Order: sequence, then structure tokens, then C-alpha cells
Amino acid sequence: MKSLYTAIRASILFMIVCGLLYPLLTTEVAQILFPFQAQGSLVEDNGKVKGSVLLAQAFTSPKLFHPRASAAEYDPTASAATNAAVASPDYIKSMKETVDAIKKENPSLQNKIPADLVTTSGSGFDPDLSPEAAKAQVPRIAKATGLSEQLLLSLIDKHTKGRQLGIFGEPRVNVFELNRDLLAQSK
Amino acid sequence: MSIGIIQVAVTLLIALLLIKPVGSYLVNVFSYEKTRLDRVFGPVERLFYRIMGVHEEQSMDSKQYVTAVLFSNFVMMILIYAVLRLQKHLPFNPDGIDNMPSALAFNTAASFITNTNWQAYSGESGLSYLSQMLAITFPMFTSSATGFAVAIAFIRGISGNKNELGNFYVDLVRLITRVLLPLSFIAALFLVFQGVPQTLHGAVTATTLEGANQVITRGPVASLESIKHLGTNGGGYFGTNAAHPFENPTPLTNLLHILFMLLLPTSLIYAFGVMIKNKRQGWSVFAAMSVIFLIMLGTVLFQEYKGTPALHAMGIHGNMEGKEVRFGFFESALFTAVTTAATTGSVNNMHDSLTPLGGFVPLAEMMLNNVFGGKGVGLLNGLLYVILSVFICGLMVGRTPEFLGRKIEAKEMKLASIALLIHPILILVPTALAFLRPESMASILNPGSHGISEVLYAFTSGAANNGSAFAGLTANKNFYNISIGLVMLFGRYISIIAMLAIAGSLATKSRVAASVGTFRTDTPLFTVILLMMILIIGALTFFPALALGPIAEHLGM
Repeated sequence: MKSLYTAIRASILFMIVCGLLYPLLTTEVAQILFPFQAQGSLVEDNGKVKGSVLLAQAFTSPKLFHPRASAAEYDPTASAATNAAVASPDYIKSMKETVDAIKKENPSLQNKIPADLVTTSGSGFDPDLSPEAAKAQVPRIAKATGLSEQLLLSLIDKHTKGRQLGIFGEPRVNVFELNRDLLAQSK
Repeated sequence: MSIGIIQVAVTLLIALLLIKPVGSYLVNVFSYEKTRLDRVFGPVERLFYRIMGVHEEQSMDSKQYVTAVLFSNFVMMILIYAVLRLQKHLPFNPDGIDNMPSALAFNTAASFITNTNWQAYSGESGLSYLSQMLAITFPMFTSSATGFAVAIAFIRGISGNKNELGNFYVDLVRLITRVLLPLSFIAALFLVFQGVPQTLHGAVTATTLEGANQVITRGPVASLESIKHLGTNGGGYFGTNAAHPFENPTPLTNLLHILFMLLLPTSLIYAFGVMIKNKRQGWSVFAAMSVIFLIMLGTVLFQEYKGTPALHAMGIHGNMEGKEVRFGFFESALFTAVTTAATTGSVNNMHDSLTPLGGFVPLAEMMLNNVFGGKGVGLLNGLLYVILSVFICGLMVGRTPEFLGRKIEAKEMKLASIALLIHPILILVPTALAFLRPESMASILNPGSHGISEVLYAFTSGAANNGSAFAGLTANKNFYNISIGLVMLFGRYISIIAMLAIAGSLATKSRVAASVGTFRTDTPLFTVILLMMILIIGALTFFPALALGPIAEHLGM
């Protein structure tokens, strides 16, 4: 009986220390040190939240760069992936259709399709494209906006991030930042 | 390709370099001897002991230790269940989340108290901020600390000479105050620096660049993320876990997650060597585990980098389905190999969308359940195979088997067999049961052999207390919630009880002096034998099931 009593006291103690004091203290300190990130890296224009740098948004206009496909339809209240079995005939069929559509949009793509451009992201909000996947969209955007391909390519270069510490991760372009810049250019 | 190899090599090298200092620190934490750190942590710890009513110097025998583990975990599980069932009426619920239904709440409470972190719910829509803190973050500390405490108690049993395994509550407190809390706090701040949210404000509605609405969910994410990996827990704040940019925004946070997962499980093996006063013994077990890990890692790296032949023919190189651009093939594959080796269960890419043989890797690592292994239990499973190996070698040469100078006899072997056999039983029987029920088959997303893998993966993940998933399976059904919930509980506590009973039994045996006839267990030869034993037993047990799932799928691709 005494050991059960100890168990109850210990459980409540740890629940308060690890489940309440620790996260609340972390929140306080994080809000002081890194207020922008702690709130979710939100970008505002004229006091209106436009989105988070870290989360992809649904861009459908042909005038904008499109992020990777999202099984969550870019809705952060229900993050999701396709969980598709990549060796299944269904998947191969749908990939064929996607690839054909991409090739139609950009005939210069033939034997080297950027893998991230035609697949669905794991999180549903992959904020990035590989530089190749962004460049593959340039002909379409140039046609729709009238901006020169050269300008679009230089925008991509400007927003390309390298590997962290020169080693970790892959080179990538943040689509939200890229499109924001693109919209500013087209004005 | 080459930069990918460098990424993996550098990550593993850092992990390797951390083993010795962290392992030595762990020995210090659990030695109960006075150290300089007592001045820092002593006052807080003594306060905790007073609140709990625990006498610091009172040691427990194996029965008392098991009782303390079971009672405390039982009470905690009830507390978690209560929070989940009542979250609607409790504070810190800015998004107005409803109470969790009973079967799902049982599954979730069982999942987090057993350190499995299987998630049949999705955090952003199913949990209030309070639940994320009290029902998820809290057991992430205690369940991992419980696992480590049990492993340490086992080591004390086989290295000491009395049935005195230490005090469970003291072990719990010391691990939490001296290791888990400080490291989690510092790491959480680094994660926020890199972009992980840490806020009590509710979701915010953004007007996107195209003028649509996007509701951005957030919360106290960083404080959960750091302990999630340090304690090899694995339960994500959001549904898509560490693939979600709010959980894992940059390659550096990904690196930290991987290093944290490996940190304590690998260091514990070193600490084991120090505590039994035979470091070579620790390294020989470590070597066997490392070989398996590297084979598995190589397989998944190669398969994901190569992709499938059908996609290759279309001009697409590698498999990026369910992966994130910032991690690419290599850091995704590395994460997969590590999360199932260290039985964490978080994912930075979707395992259901791995290539067939790529998906074979996490499945096989969980089936073996002893490649480093998380929260102490992995080491115990490794030592279980060590005991089995000396037993079988003993049979071959006709000598009573010994381990660390103690005779392994019928009683220990019976207990070891129970601990060993419960794992495949908990995986294969419920999997077969699910296939017999048409309504459970309906949960499968991808038909055929991939569907077999989905169900097999779910129960393997539960039994191994891993928590990762082939997430295409719709697991939030009463059948899966209850069956996986029970599998997790049995998978965790039966082997804990059996292993502590072995420790108690070995502790009271008198030592046999080593002679020329003694079969040494700290040599490269033994490492090879151990490796073979793990692979042969694993293959005999699981090959038929694996052949129907990922192997058939690979051959048919």
C-alpha cells in the first residue's frame, strides 16, 4: 500500500515538473530570445499575416512558382502525406500523367525530371523546391507574366540556400520568399 | 552521391565521439557516489525525494523494483488517460479541441507510457496544448527514464553480489534532473532558434499571397521535440511528425534529432562496460549491433537513392515520394535507419512510401529490436541474445554456460525464453488476427503485399515499442486501438519483468573463477557469434512474414 502511495506522489510530481514547469519555462525563455521563430516564423504585410516562411501555401496561378504537391492540400490543421506505395501500378500510372503534364509545360525537360517536382512531400508543407525544380517552371511563368526568363532565373539564384555548414541538407529555394519577390517584381 | 556519403559519415562520427564522454557521465549519474554535481542538483533532488516520500539510500530487490516500475507507470497511465478524456474542459485549449474518445485515449495512454509513441490521432486536430504538455511531453520524460532505470538495475544485478538493484525512484529522479531536463531545455532553445515554434497562442489565420486563407496551427512544439528524440520517444506534435517543417525546419535540426536519438542508447552500452568493469565486453556488444546497423543503413540508402525501375525509365532519379527537399535522400534514409534502430519511431519521411526494400529496413530493425535500441530496453534485448549465445555455445562444448562469471542455468534460460518469444508472438498473432477480419482489412490503403507490410508494420512497431508507422493504414479503429494498445503494454512490461527476474536471480549466485576453459564473451569471436545468433533467430522467426510483404513486393516490382 505504501508503494502505491509513493507511486501516486511521484507521478503527480513528475507530471507537474516535466509536463508543466518545463514547457512553460521553455516558452518564456524562447519568447524572449527568439520571438519571431517562437511564434511560427510568421510574415506580415501591413499588420496582416501572409503566412509562415516555413509552410508551403497553395499557389495555383500560372504566374507563380508552384510548391511541391501536398496530400494535405496545404491545410496545416490536417497535415498528411500520400503514403502511396511507390512500386504499385497505380502510383506508376499517376506519375506518368504528372510527368507528361510537366513535359508539356516545359518541353526542354526530357530525360531528367527533378524528382521533387513530380512527387508529393512528406509533411504536406515542404516549403522548398530544389533549384532544378524551380528552374523547370521558368518557361511557364515567363509566358504567363511576360517577365524575362533571365530575370526569373536570377531570382531563383538569389533565393537559393546552400547546405548548412557546407555539409548538411540539400540546396533549396524557399517558394514563399521566391513568390513574394516575384510578385514585387511584377508590380 | 559523394556529399550524401559525407553527410552520413560526419553524422555518425559525431555520434561515435559522443559515446565515451556521455557514457562516463551516465555512470556518474547512476553510481550513487558523491560527486561535485551533487552541489548543483542535490537540493532539488532531496526536495523531490521528500515530496515523494522516498528514502534515498533504501535499495530495492528485484521484486520491489518491478513493483515500483509497474505501480508508478500504472498511475501515470491513468493520469494521461484522464487528461485526454477531459481536455475540452481543461485550460490551455485555445483551438477548442474536443475530448478524445475512449478507445483512442486508451491507445494513446498505453502508447506514451510504454515509450512507444504510436499515434492513431493527429496532434494538430486531436490534442489541446495542455494535452501536448501533460499527456505527451510528461510521459516522454518518465517512460524513457523508466527504461533506462530498468537497464541500469539489470546491470547492477549482474555486476553486484546481492539482490540489490538500487532505488527505482532515485534512478528516475537522477536521470531526469541530471540528464533529460537540462539537455532538453538547451536543445529546445536551439530548435526554436532554427524555427520550431514555442508558443501558447492559438492557431493564426493567414491570408496567403494568392489571397486564400490558411489556418496555421502551432503550440509548445520545441519543448516536446527535444525530449522526443533525447528520450527516443518519437511521437510528433503534428501528424506528419519530423517531416513537418515546424518540427524539423532545417538540416541542422535534423542533425540534432539524429544525434539525440543515438546519444543515450549508444552511451548506455559504454556505461554498461564500465559498470561491469569490462569495457571490452561493452564494445563487443556494441560492435555486433553496429554491424547490423550499417548493413541496414546501407540498404535503405542505396534503395532510396536508386528509386524504382519504373520511375527511372521516366527520367526520375531516386525516390522523393514522402520526403522533404531540405533532407534529400541521404538524410532521410539515415533518419529511417536510426529511428528504428534506436526505437524512437519519429519519421522525417514517410515509411509507407519507401521503396520495398527500403521499407524492409525499418521493419527488420524493429523485429530484431536490439540494434542499439532505445531507452535502455534495447541493451536488455541485446544482453538477452548474449545470454542465449553463451547458452548455445555452452551446449556445443558441453559446459555449463557462464556470463560475467555467473552460471546461466535453467531458471535464467526459461525467463530469457519468455522475454525472447513474447516479441514474435505479439507481432505475428495479432497480424494474423487482423487478416482474418474483413473490417480490419478495410483499413489497408495499398492492396497486395504492401498491404501485408502495413499491418505487419503496425504490430511490429507496437511490440518493439517503436511507434513509427506505415501510415497509410487507418489505425484509428477500435480493433487496432485496443489490440495495438495491448501489444504495446505486453511488449514493454513482460520483458521488463523477465529481465529484472533474471537480474535478481543472477545477483545471488556466487561467482565462478575464470579458467582456461571459460568461454570468453569479450572477444571479436564472440561478437561474430552474437551477430550470427541475432540474425539467424531473427530470420527463422520473421522471414516468412517478410517474404509475403516487402520481399514479394520487391520481386514483383
